[in-house]
Amino acid sequence: MKPVIELKDVSFAYDIGPPALEHVSLAVGEGEFLGLVGPNGGGKSTLLKLVLGLLRPSSGEVRVVGGTPQESRRVIGYVPQYARFARDFPISVEETVLLGRLGTTRLLGGYRAADREAAHLAMTETEVLDLRQRPLGTLSGGQLQRVLVARALACDPLILILDEPTANIDMRGETEIFDLFKALNQRMTIVVVSHDIGFISRYVTRVACLNRTLLCHQPVPIGLDVIEKLYGMPVQRIPHGEACEMEAKP
Amino acid sequence: MSAFLGAFASHAFLQHALAAGVLASIACGIVGSYVVVKRIGYLAGGVAHTVLGGMGIAYFLGKSPIGGALVAALLAALIIGWVSLRFRQHEDTIIGALWAVGMALGIIFISRTPGYNVDLMSYLFGNILMVPREDLLLMAGLDGVIVALVWLFRKQFLAVCFDEEFARLRGVPVDVFYLGLLLIVALTVVILIQVVGLVLVIALLTLPAAIASQYARSLAAMMLTATLLGVIFTSAGLALSYEPDLPAGATIILLAGMAYLLSALGRGIWLRWHRTTALPEAKP
Repeated sequence: MKPVIELKDVSFAYDIGPPALEHVSLAVGEGEFLGLVGPNGGGKSTLLKLVLGLLRPSSGEVRVVGGTPQESRRVIGYVPQYARFARDFPISVEETVLLGRLGTTRLLGGYRAADREAAHLAMTETEVLDLRQRPLGTLSGGQLQRVLVARALACDPLILILDEPTANIDMRGETEIFDLFKALNQRMTIVVVSHDIGFISRYVTRVACLNRTLLCHQPVPIGLDVIEKLYGMPVQRIPHGEACEMEAKP
Repeated sequence: MSAFLGAFASHAFLQHALAAGVLASIACGIVGSYVVVKRIGYLAGGVAHTVLGGMGIAYFLGKSPIGGALVAALLAALIIGWVSLRFRQHEDTIIGALWAVGMALGIIFISRTPGYNVDLMSYLFGNILMVPREDLLLMAGLDGVIVALVWLFRKQFLAVCFDEEFARLRGVPVDVFYLGLLLIVALTVVILIQVVGLVLVIALLTLPAAIASQYARSLAAMMLTATLLGVIFTSAGLALSYEPDLPAGATIILLAGMAYLLSALGRGIWLRWHRTTALPEAKP
């Protein structure tokens, strides 16, 4: 399998504080659906920022589809964890999704018909087409998340990267949005950050556990021992809904 | 009011004042919308006050004050912009420092300028009743440049104001457009200071756009609303100030400030009323 994302012995430290990542080596193959799990402060978002080229590694190398992350930025569709914008910003759903066409569309003036078509398609796929005239500020958490996924899809990405995409969504919405990711995985590589290892193990093809360094990466299903290693303490299993497939494994 | 309308028909200075109000409202409606959604009102204020330093130095050296103002404003915009891009946590300190140092420089240099004393009040409040024809043309030119730039790069400016990180990931040169936006703000401030004064520029840059932001559903609608509100405030301010012979600039500012307060209060009450009446229905 051809790797589309490659980290070779990557370490990173912010200006202040201990290293966020140490000696991480990881290759994500084309068509994979990788779940990136780990405790808060374990370096998950830092790793994503390195892959996106928003940060540069202190040592080691990051490659995306054969180039540097900066060179390959446009093949990645990114869905951030928190909305980084003011919720009352005067912008409609459709205008937001169209921003995903930047970098593809022309430099001057408005969008082309092809851009509107791509945005239309992305909104259809994420089921937010009916909301396209709505101001962003009037959406629920789940609707907003779908709009952000649509914006990322409008980039026509080869790789979709999502940082905690279900942080502000209820359980039902969580299942629905992961069903959408599963369908998208048919045509693109997906990396999703999550803290809910039990839930995502039903969807992903491989789990990578990150706590400053890469503790393990292995195909699902993963065992309890792995989770204990990840959190550094015994873990209690609490079944919730259907998301307890993991418990059935010895 | 009828006295104002009669005077308006016969006095060219009133027609000029009204035209200046309209032209200033266009620049402020468009640029002010960016200032409000990007939340850089303090930054714009810093740039505006640094202008005084440039003007003072230009006077002292016997050069044209508008040239000095232009250099100072563009320099201030670049310094503040660079600081805010690199060291965001120190941004407000740097703006405060430039703000104060710029004004102090201006006052020192003007006081050392031999010959005549410049009226500082005219820089703070301007005089919209004494706008010469050339200044109207200059403002029209500025409006043209702003409209053209915003029309051509509206996607990029929207992306940079809305979500800088995402814009960067899509290959938009965010730093270039952010600094470009600040330079446009600086240019607007310099041209309009000559005409309507420092305080009215800041008022027109923030108040109409702030009111518009409470209702507009898109940035374009916000710019249009803010421009219309600016036209209403300047025209109504001129008319109201004419008979009692009040300072026109200050009247316009008070009118805009009052409208903002009323709009914010009215909206708050409407939202609260809407919520309390909607709540019982939400229960099963």
